[in-house]
Amino acid sequence: MALETKQVAMTGNEAVANAIKQINPDVIAAYPITPQTDIVQYYSSFVADGQVDTQMVTVESEHSAMSATIGASAAGARAMTATSSQGLALMHEMLHIASGFRLPIVMPVVNRAVSAPINIHCDHSDTMAALTTGWLQIYSENAQEAYDNVIQAMRIAEDPRVRLPVMVCYDGFITSHAVENLFLLPDETVKQFVGEYNPKHTLFDFDSPVTFGPLVLPDYFSEIKAQEADAMRAAKEVILEIAEEFAKISGRKYGYYEGYHLEDAERVIVVLSSTAGTAKEVVDELRAQGEKVGLMKPRVIRPFPAEEFVKALSGAKVVAVMDRAETFSTQGGQLFTELRAAFYEAPTKPLMRNYIFGLGGRDTTTAEIRRVFEDLKKDQERGSVDRKVTHLDVRV
Amino acid sequence: MASLKELSALPEVLAPGHRLCAGCGAPIVVRMITRAAKGPLVVANATGCLEVSTTIYPYTSWNTPWIHTAFENAAATASGVEAAYHALKRRGKVDKDINIVVFGGDGGTYDIGFQSLSGAMERNHKLVYVCYDNGAYMNTGIQRSSATPKGANTTTSPVGKVSYGKRENRKDLTEIMAAHNIPYAAQVSPSHWNDLYQKAEKAFAANGAAFINAFAPCPRGWRHDTKDTIEICRLAVDTCFWPLYEVVDGKYRVTYKPREKKPVTEFLKAQGRFSHLFQPGNEEVLEAIQKEVDRKWEELLKLEELSNS
Ligand SMILES: Cc1ncc(C[n+]2csc(CCOP(=O)(O)OP(=O)(O)O)c2C)c(N)n1
Ligand code: SF4
Ligand SMILES: [Mg+2]
Repeated sequence: MALETKQVAMTGNEAVANAIKQINPDVIAAYPITPQTDIVQYYSSFVADGQVDTQMVTVESEHSAMSATIGASAAGARAMTATSSQGLALMHEMLHIASGFRLPIVMPVVNRAVSAPINIHCDHSDTMAALTTGWLQIYSENAQEAYDNVIQAMRIAEDPRVRLPVMVCYDGFITSHAVENLFLLPDETVKQFVGEYNPKHTLFDFDSPVTFGPLVLPDYFSEIKAQEADAMRAAKEVILEIAEEFAKISGRKYGYYEGYHLEDAERVIVVLSSTAGTAKEVVDELRAQGEKVGLMKPRVIRPFPAEEFVKALSGAKVVAVMDRAETFSTQGGQLFTELRAAFYEAPTKPLMRNYIFGLGGRDTTTAEIRRVFEDLKKDQERGSVDRKVTHLDVRV
Repeated sequence: MASLKELSALPEVLAPGHRLCAGCGAPIVVRMITRAAKGPLVVANATGCLEVSTTIYPYTSWNTPWIHTAFENAAATASGVEAAYHALKRRGKVDKDINIVVFGGDGGTYDIGFQSLSGAMERNHKLVYVCYDNGAYMNTGIQRSSATPKGANTTTSPVGKVSYGKRENRKDLTEIMAAHNIPYAAQVSPSHWNDLYQKAEKAFAANGAAFINAFAPCPRGWRHDTKDTIEICRLAVDTCFWPLYEVVDGKYRVTYKPREKKPVTEFLKAQGRFSHLFQPGNEEVLEAIQKEVDRKWEELLKLEELSNS
């Protein structure tokens, strides 16, 4: 059967707004912030034109956006919101509550630097600060992936083995505002794919009323958190199952990561989202010159597929992990430290170094990526890295 | 008008056995308000004494669907519940007509939850927000809030060598809610149960957002005998410290005018939190409190006159 798709030119935000439109959730509660704003505006027009029958709550803050989304979800509605940066920071308290309640909320997060200094451009400091909130995190390289990931996220979140909220992350402006060619699925296909949401327990079950959000003391608290961690573990297989189903309707394949010339690569860059696109260019260039270079672009980092990542990198001699956010631990970015920890039990370990790059929207071009590969080459020759953590392309 | 006997026969939403203190005003308010909801009821609760004392897992005192998410956002949480109700009704997944009530303490309402409350009222969600006002953060140990009366001794406005307790007058939240031009706003006291019940009925029947500010003594924080809760409520009303009134579509109605307005000291001296005000040297504070009560009462009477003329 030929797959039915429609090629369109859209920005990332428009593509994501269309994914949400096709999902047609019961409730959206959202608050505008650059670079997410278009999603809210597009969706408001869909509602105003009667293209969706979602109940939209134009709340007075992101804290209330997440609170209302949680209230709606607990009431049995399929509920969504979207945000960026300061908005995600403002809802931080509620992120823990959404996951603690085991609510399948899907939230596109358009990555943007967190103040101060105030800055509206891309880095990953917003979502990196939310890694311990019990949300799944899926990163997207471009508009197509953002669109595809939002649709898959709905199924992953609502899977009875998971029942956890999911962030779908993509790069502010670079992906959110640039127009790309992408393929949209037919409305009916998406509708069939996401299906009906019929949760077991809701606030509107008056025959067996449920108390949502009680006070839980030391006698039970640990069990509840352990169950949450179990659900995160279970999400691993669910992510792959849903990806397989999605491939059938779209022809596009997804996993925990995308490898690019990884099989025989000796020098590998690991990087999330749009920068992976730039890195692919450089890999092509260097491969043409016979260099054994490759790229690994993680897609899912919560849960953190440590074994699979280690396996993917097991043939590499030197790895540069590029983090688009500081941790201020002085020991490197989040992705770097987690990936390094994952190698602790591995029989062979590549040399690993870390670059903090692209903060506040600093453009990372092929020239910078080339420089990283040059550093890796020197490390490989030397048999050691000369510097563990480097701020890439920073004036000194 | 229902009789007390009839009211007591209505289904109980809050079961006995909860851990609120004896004499606490909050459960009295809850039991009276919820009786006025006709049909299914969803309760949203802000963090505070009421929430922690009624839902100690794996137990719950609530015989009806109930949700607590955090401290400052009960109104926003309930906004989402109301939105879900409209969406699911439209899509045929819910058939009943339901009521939504929110209970928040004064801290969760006047202070940290002020923004989310204002947002929910402005959006005019069909829900009843009830503040049980005990005039301090009781759950965390009697810290002052913007609802704490002037002169009260709290753990963050303590009486000391150079302090007579809280220096500022209370924020007038009921007025601020009325200024949101919502269909219904009212002030109630458990001592006047019939007035309270009737206002709750109107709030649930309102065509949009309703706000009720309910006086709710805290024997622990106010330092009075647990048996005196209702008496203290009565004194608050009879001194005009806590006037009973409602604002319906912009029209004020003072629902109870004491035949003889008692001096505010009658209300103050019944509680340990004000006992220092009766020591020599604090006469001016007492005077200032009385003056403010008088000013607010006169203002309210004028508002009633003006809005109905
Ligand atoms: C964001 C946040 N800040 C502070 C607290 C701590 N806290 C919990 S309840 C409470 C006071 C509650 O006061 P109030 O709303 O008046 O209710 P009461 O306990 O008096 O019934 C405070 C400060 C919290 N839970 N969340
Ligand atoms: S401390 Fe006060 S408000 Fe809290 S339960 Fe006791 S009496 Fe009620
Ligand atoms: Mg209080």
